[in-house]
Amino acid sequence: MPGTQTLVNDFISKLKKRKIEGSQATAKQTAELLRSVISQTRVPYTNQAAALIQSVKAVGERLIAANPVELAVGNVVRRILHIIREEDLSLTTAAMAGLNLSAVSDDEDDADRDNQPVLSAAAIAAASRSTLRPPSLQTLLEDVPDSAAVPHTSSSGGDSEGKSKSADKSSRSRKLKHDVIEAVNELIQDISTCHEQIAEQAVEHIHQNEVILTLGSSRTVLEFLCAAKEKKRSFRVFVSEGAPRYQGHLLAKELVTRGLQTTLITDSAVFAMISRVNMVIVGAHAVMANGGVIAPVGLNMVALAAQKHAVPFVVLAGSHKLCPLYPHHPEVLLNELRSPSELLDFGEFSDCLDFGSGIGAPLLHVVNPRFDYVPPKLVSLFITDAGGHNPSYMYRLIGDYYSADDLVLQRRATSGN
Amino acid sequence: MDTRRVSSAVPRVRQVGFFTPNTPAQHPAPTRSQSGPPTSDSPPLSGSPASNSLSPVMIPPPRHLSDNLGGRTSALPVPGRGNAGEHATVGSYNPSESVLWLESPPRSRIGDAEFSEGTESSLGWYRRSNSGKVASSLPSGGFDLSQVKQPESVAAIEAKNPLPEKSEAQKEQASNSKPLKARTTKAERRALQDSQRAAKAEANKSNTPGGGASSKPMKQPPQKKDGPPVASSVAASERIGVDRPVEKERKKDLPPPRMQFDDASRVGKAKRRSVLNQPETRNRVELFRHLPPHKNGSQLPYLESKFFELHDMHPSVYKVGLQYLTGDTSGGNARCIAMLQAFQEAIRDYSTPPEKTLNRDLTSKIGGFVSFLIECRPLSMSMGNAIRFLKSRIARLPLTLSESEAKAALCSDIDRFINEKIVLADKVILRHAATKIRDGDVLLTYGSSCVVEMILLYAHELGKQFRVVVVDSRPMLEGQKLLRRLVAKGLSCTYTQLNAISYVMHEVTRVFLGASSIFSNGTVYSRIGTASVAMVAHAFQVPVLVCCEAYKFHERVQLDSICFNELGDPDAVSKVPGRVDVNYLDNLTDKQKENLQLLNLKYDATPSDYISVIVTDYGMIPPTSVPVIVREYRKEYLLI
Repeated sequence: MPGTQTLVNDFISKLKKRKIEGSQATAKQTAELLRSVISQTRVPYTNQAAALIQSVKAVGERLIAANPVELAVGNVVRRILHIIREEDLSLTTAAMAGLNLSAVSDDEDDADRDNQPVLSAAAIAAASRSTLRPPSLQTLLEDVPDSAAVPHTSSSGGDSEGKSKSADKSSRSRKLKHDVIEAVNELIQDISTCHEQIAEQAVEHIHQNEVILTLGSSRTVLEFLCAAKEKKRSFRVFVSEGAPRYQGHLLAKELVTRGLQTTLITDSAVFAMISRVNMVIVGAHAVMANGGVIAPVGLNMVALAAQKHAVPFVVLAGSHKLCPLYPHHPEVLLNELRSPSELLDFGEFSDCLDFGSGIGAPLLHVVNPRFDYVPPKLVSLFITDAGGHNPSYMYRLIGDYYSADDLVLQRRATSGN
Repeated sequence: MDTRRVSSAVPRVRQVGFFTPNTPAQHPAPTRSQSGPPTSDSPPLSGSPASNSLSPVMIPPPRHLSDNLGGRTSALPVPGRGNAGEHATVGSYNPSESVLWLESPPRSRIGDAEFSEGTESSLGWYRRSNSGKVASSLPSGGFDLSQVKQPESVAAIEAKNPLPEKSEAQKEQASNSKPLKARTTKAERRALQDSQRAAKAEANKSNTPGGGASSKPMKQPPQKKDGPPVASSVAASERIGVDRPVEKERKKDLPPPRMQFDDASRVGKAKRRSVLNQPETRNRVELFRHLPPHKNGSQLPYLESKFFELHDMHPSVYKVGLQYLTGDTSGGNARCIAMLQAFQEAIRDYSTPPEKTLNRDLTSKIGGFVSFLIECRPLSMSMGNAIRFLKSRIARLPLTLSESEAKAALCSDIDRFINEKIVLADKVILRHAATKIRDGDVLLTYGSSCVVEMILLYAHELGKQFRVVVVDSRPMLEGQKLLRRLVAKGLSCTYTQLNAISYVMHEVTRVFLGASSIFSNGTVYSRIGTASVAMVAHAFQVPVLVCCEAYKFHERVQLDSICFNELGDPDAVSKVPGRVDVNYLDNLTDKQKENLQLLNLKYDATPSDYISVIVTDYGMIPPTSVPVIVREYRKEYLLI
């Protein structure tokens, strides 16, 4: 336990100091941290899932509070909570199914009609399963849990698993933790390979002689473009430099190293050039449930320009960037201001910027926000590792990854304390 | 001429713009002249029957008729007071706009009475009085007169006036006969107009081949076109020939196609002529091959070494060229003024070589200067307009003038252009724009426009409480200099970069932008990034005010920022001064460089949809009215 405590504290201080750059790295490290938290949590015999959820939540709340703007942390915490719930559910279901199966096998010899106790057990199993699997058309039609159908489906589903589990009840606690850790490992794997999965779709979207514009730098975009390049598509890329961080220079360098025809432009030239661009492909910081995008600063301008010229605005986002929250006033509340030194030379303007020396407020304020909010109506398409989606579909996609109980992590934290 | 301008122009201005009657209380005197300047600045074109025949659709006939005759009648040195009655009759055609009408007669009185007060109370009048002075300073009193008369009579008179040398006396006659005509009644005038029109139509049918002689009105020796204005008795016959030449002139006025730098043969020719080395840029952006490559300051030593080889070059022009090249002089107005002053110097030092005429030699000389300046940096639209003005003035110099007189006239013309078209125009714009600033406003501006800066400072002086958001972008970072100056004056400022525009736009109530030029389809051609600012402001429903002097309007049309633009130094894109951490592009291999192109555009075109209003010296107009201003006032550039 002390081991994880120090790990958590380390990570929190890193988050607070904004030492970790990029949502992918943050997501991965969060997942790894939570994995070790889970593995070190001592679970009681009963209600293990609740215990796991509680410990993950406790750590997760602190992580989110450390950097509320980095939505990937919250996303991963919620994903892991969801994983725990699902694993728990599937274990319970499997157990139920196992019971049911044994009961059926026992009763089979006596009489087929007399399956009243079996039916109740089967009904419970069916009810629990129905959350995982859509009800079959037959059950919907007949409006009663079909006694024959349920055992069959369950046996086809987690039959062997369930049998082994029900056979060895003492291993169930370890089994849950083990399953959760397995699933978290899968999640980490997913996060680290999301670029490849997104890049695989590149050829479907980039054709020959395309002109593509992007702003700033995103690894996803880089991989996406390079994947298309590797498939022998030749196209041109306009890279807007993305002041004040000038990550576009980095992206341009990477692209020319890989042999892509690249033109570096200033951010101010985006409007001038966009009329000759076929597609805008950008990365995102986070994707909200309404389909809005929290993106590097400047992208709202690009999106508006793209809309004006009817240029498709495509956002690439790994699934760890999908945030189940709906934004409220995201330009301000989900933003952070960086140092003015990136815009103005302190030496030259120190006299006007100084709060201490002057009388009252200084004459000069410098605003250097980090993110922009792009409303869903400006986005043409999201490409995630689960395929391409409309902005209006994002809420549904998010439903696959998160359970509704976990959406509000922080409010519970405040009410609990 | 001035009086004529006044009387004819008032209805015109009301057609194209609108004015704010509520001027700040601090200026009781200007309240009247607030709407005055545009009126007085307006051109005499309505006096020409040509415009009548060319555009019967655009201008409603009754108003036009009255304008026409009004302008005509008052065309001669009748003082403003004498015109008051005339105004009233004309005004009666437009009862709905009587407010402005009521203003105009007193204004004309002011203009005549106190013309020294020009700058303060009645801006527009300054020019009148000024031009009056100029005219009186000229030995031949008919000088101005002939200028005004010219466009309509260029060709006709050529044929009809074998006695140009007597112009002095004839002009006197003409001026006497005009006021007589002023007393004709409305009905008479209309009848006259009708008959003239009929005659013209006749003539058009029969007289088509006659137009050939007038195909080059600008280059004709002045004694031909500089005949005395024909008295009203001959007016009908005079106009017979007039129609075609104007038609021709109009066609000729279309801007010539620009030099396209992807045209190998022409580029080759230009190269042979050029003074500077054309840089062989290693990796030019495909889309922009038709634009001249950027010439940076590295050519400076080379150019300096060539100084003594360029015999034709005047040192002051040379100096201005170098300043353009290094970027020391930038900004539309500054560049234009520098150029005009250099030309002024050159004209002062000019002496006509033997066996040449001043008009032709000086024109070609100015042409040489201009092509040198173009080599240093492509001309802005405003400079193009100024050059056109100067050349037309040279072409229209009467040959009767001695060399020193002609030079003095040109110098004073240039002074007048600078003063009226730039300095005073800015002051008028200030007054207009300041009415749109209220207490508590948050004003956003982009880059560094000198007009906008003046507006902000002026509003600050008026004691308005507002905040300024200065938006800036690489690579020029002009906003920092503006910021420095505004903060020094005590304005409360917020500074940010273009990318953060969506973040700051929430709190902004007005956007003030400058412009390099405004095209006649309403497109605003301005510092790169302006379009983005206007677009975001439009998306956030914040009004966008573009402040631009009318001399920068141009009859070209443009839809995008690619067909015409100016390229900046590409290396400025890859280097970020003051940021050591941004050095990704410093050490590239040759292969990498091959794939990388750097694009540094200097301007972009803002679509007119994003512009709420254009504040200009003729008032505040919607972008759709730009072609009207260009069309109606183009002649004025040439005639001023």
